[in-house]
Amino acid sequence: MFKIVKKQVLAPSVFLFEVEAPRVANAAKPGQFVIVRARDHGERIPLTIADYNKELGTVTIVVQELGVSTKLICNAEVGDFYVDVVGPLGNPSEFLHLDDSTLKSQRFLFVAGGVGAAPIYPQVKYLYGKGASVDVILGARNTELLILKEEIKKTCNNLYVATDDGSEGHKGLVTDVLNYLITSNGKIYDNVVTIGPMVMMKFVALCTKKYGIKTIASLNTLMVDGTGMCGACRVSVGGVTKFTCVDGPEFDAHLVDFDEAMCRLNMYKTEEGKKLKEEEEKNHQCRIGRYA
Amino acid sequence: MADAKSRVAAKEQAPELRVKNFKEVAMGYNEEEAIAEASRCLECKNPRCVAACPVSVKIPQFIKHVKDADFLGAAQVIHEDSSLPAICGRVCPQESQCEGSCIRGIKGQPIAIGKLERFVADWSREKGLIVNKTTVSNNKKVAVVGSGPAGLSCASDLAKFGYNVTVFEALHVPGGVLEYGIPEFRLPKSIVNYEISNLEKMGVVFEPDVVIGRTISVDDLMAKEGYCAVFIGSGAGLPKFMHIAGENLNGVVSANEFLTRVNLMRAFDSDYDTPVYVGKNVVVVGGGNVAMDAARCAVRLGAKVTVVYRRSEKELPARREEVVHAQQEGIAFQYLSNPVQIIGNAKGWVEGIECVKMELVPSKDGGRNSVVEIPNSNFNVSCDMVIMALGTSPNPLISSTTPGLKVEKWGGISLSDPSGETYRKGVFAGGDAVTGAATVILAMSAGRKAAKAIDEYLKGISCN
Ligand SMILES: Cc1cc2nc3c(=O)[nH]c(=O)nc-3n(C[C@H](O)[C@H](O)[C@H](O)COP(=O)(O)OP(=O)(O)OC[C@H]3O[C@@H](n4cnc5c(N)ncnc54)[C@H](O)[C@@H]3O)c2cc1C
Ligand SMILES: Cc1cc2nc3c(=O)[nH]c(=O)nc-3n(C[C@H](O)[C@H](O)[C@H](O)COP(=O)(O)OP(=O)(O)OC[C@H]3O[C@@H](n4cnc5c(N)ncnc54)[C@H](O)[C@@H]3O)c2cc1C
Ligand code: SF4
Ligand code: SF4
Ligand code: FES
Repeated sequence: MFKIVKKQVLAPSVFLFEVEAPRVANAAKPGQFVIVRARDHGERIPLTIADYNKELGTVTIVVQELGVSTKLICNAEVGDFYVDVVGPLGNPSEFLHLDDSTLKSQRFLFVAGGVGAAPIYPQVKYLYGKGASVDVILGARNTELLILKEEIKKTCNNLYVATDDGSEGHKGLVTDVLNYLITSNGKIYDNVVTIGPMVMMKFVALCTKKYGIKTIASLNTLMVDGTGMCGACRVSVGGVTKFTCVDGPEFDAHLVDFDEAMCRLNMYKTEEGKKLKEEEEKNHQCRIGRYA
Repeated sequence: MADAKSRVAAKEQAPELRVKNFKEVAMGYNEEEAIAEASRCLECKNPRCVAACPVSVKIPQFIKHVKDADFLGAAQVIHEDSSLPAICGRVCPQESQCEGSCIRGIKGQPIAIGKLERFVADWSREKGLIVNKTTVSNNKKVAVVGSGPAGLSCASDLAKFGYNVTVFEALHVPGGVLEYGIPEFRLPKSIVNYEISNLEKMGVVFEPDVVIGRTISVDDLMAKEGYCAVFIGSGAGLPKFMHIAGENLNGVVSANEFLTRVNLMRAFDSDYDTPVYVGKNVVVVGGGNVAMDAARCAVRLGAKVTVVYRRSEKELPARREEVVHAQQEGIAFQYLSNPVQIIGNAKGWVEGIECVKMELVPSKDGGRNSVVEIPNSNFNVSCDMVIMALGTSPNPLISSTTPGLKVEKWGGISLSDPSGETYRKGVFAGGDAVTGAATVILAMSAGRKAAKAIDEYLKGISCN
């Protein structure tokens, strides 16, 4: 049982939780994730580690309510318990291998969309702390949904904002800002890291490929166990099948087959899924092919 | 009553009923039936059955107790060699082990040794008669990694020797394949839970949600948490794929994913949150126990199922009983066929599988027949789901994070001694993690052997 010690509303339907999980906190590194089960009959839900505190033995997760299971996770209050928090899973970010003097000369650009702002936060903080140059583009549908903006602003060189409706920052896509920074603003980056909706990461990758900038994407595939046992999380990277949970979650974005990944992510959402859901509602007993 | 040549039939759920539920198929013997079946045993002086059991259960002796209606006596005899008889009685491939060598099988049906073992184990469990002795603690800590049959049996013996044992398990429930792989209708989870609660009563501590190599390393267990020795029973959990076109289409899953969603996450039960996709026409690729389990789960979830296997019926590696049960449940078998690609529709979903016909070629040295493709014999099977059941290999997570551990090329942990010692001092291993995917009984016996080796090792050193 893992006790919730802090809950904070970051945006409508986006919550931050701090959970007591000493073993996870002790081993966690930027780029890794946990799997959370909210209750006994619950689903295993992968969530990025947004921060961790080894002294207090806590890990921070930021969760967006989407379906049944994320809702259950979000409904928990301070003092409640999650039945399972397992991790840290996946590989730490690649740049953790770089030594301090190399880092000082590196220029990073982070491109985050939606709740993707949460997983980039520990990475941005780490790199900025090591003296790397770090710019960040945050995208969201509107100003209300921008999360962790103030926190990130404090630990990076430049923060740029894009919203779909123009309620804050640039009106349009994160890739507009990315193109502008490189072509009109003369910015040069050695590394781009992108975390957010698959479709956003796809277009960020297409864009940076044009400029030949090395780009890392953190993939949020479907998962079950998170330890390499099931293959639900498989993606094609450079034409080779990889398991996101053990080979990733970060991959060279220029090699990821995003179209396939998006298709797979919708496995429980497509027409077939919907049909099955209707059937399920008819006899109401089984939830084979349930989709939320 | 049966004549001496044929065994006493054990009751089973009728196929048309059982395809609609996940309840156990084989119902097992009652006391009279068990005694009648036991009476067929010839009590051989040089019992071939015992020689063919991987752990040499004293079969004629326990059967004699059953004959005499002394079921507790029978249970005690079995327990000397097997710590999980209710499970092995159900899932051992008896036809190629004990029963396959029974002298009665030459002119008739062999003694139903598995069913008798199961009966005895169920009887003593239901009567609450097998109580493991608790031993005075020697205050030495041993860590067991993985809670499959290897880990459970190792923990059990270590606890009996007096060690303080903690079992670390990556998943949220203990049991390994017994929990996430083998379905309820073959092995009721209540039996696995019973074994685990027995261990808890003996003082074994279970810590789920700990992935050794990620959450904590083997090194840290020993250096920082004071474990004097570590047993690795992490199994062979990585699913294999064929690496053919279309394998990442929606609707193509590994048997491990399908079985985990169904067994561990209980996706078939509306009270649980995990979904599972089940096609109307499902193709299962493979011919082992895993393939049979996936096929039979799919049938129970309403699918029409075809098993595609490269060799012929004779070579199916699955337990014979499961093949027969699968056939009774209406599962079709497409033998001598091998997939070459999976065909998808415009939306990225599977809509068929292209196979090629295969031919068996007798091997020159008398070994297993090999199979070759018959050129231009390709054919399509239409389907909306493909389940890959091609076998599994050990997870590299522990071997890659434990300095000093040696591994075979295919990923299995190398032993420096058959007792279970690895090349890393104080670290022992056994079960599928060492052998690759094998059987419950072999994993159990490896766990017990390693417990003995750990005891020997720790007697000789001071630790704490
Ligand atoms: C490594 C990793 C890290 C992640 N980190 C975070 C995080 O920090 N914060 C966070 O809020 N979410 C994160 N996710 C996504 C999160 O796991 C999903 O949102 C969640 O599984 C949805 O579960 P649900 O039952 O609530 O919704 P479902 O009922 O399963 O689905 C609701 C909708 O979400 C879609 N969906 C399902 N799974 C995912 C997924 N993995 N990613 C995106 N959409 C999905 C479905 O297609 C459906 O439309 C991460 C995923 C992975 C694999
Ligand atoms: C579907 C299926 C059906 C089968 N049917 C039969 C049958 O009928 N008869 C038969 O004899 N055999 C059968 N087998 C094979 C048999 O189940 C295995 O040989 C046996 O379970 C191996 O036992 P084990 O203890 O070595 O490993 P497992 O049972 O695989 O247990 C290993 C455990 O270790 C955990 N683990 C792995 N890595 C870590 C880590 N890093 N940290 C912590 N924990 C970890 C895993 O989560 C798992 O719980 C079947 C297998 C499958 C998959
Ligand atoms: S353990 Fe398995 S092989 Fe040995 S007697 Fe029992 S059923 Fe037969
Ligand atoms: S070989 Fe058969 S008949 Fe002989 S002791 Fe074993 S079970 Fe009994
Ligand atoms: S989530 Fe099961 S293998 Fe990655």
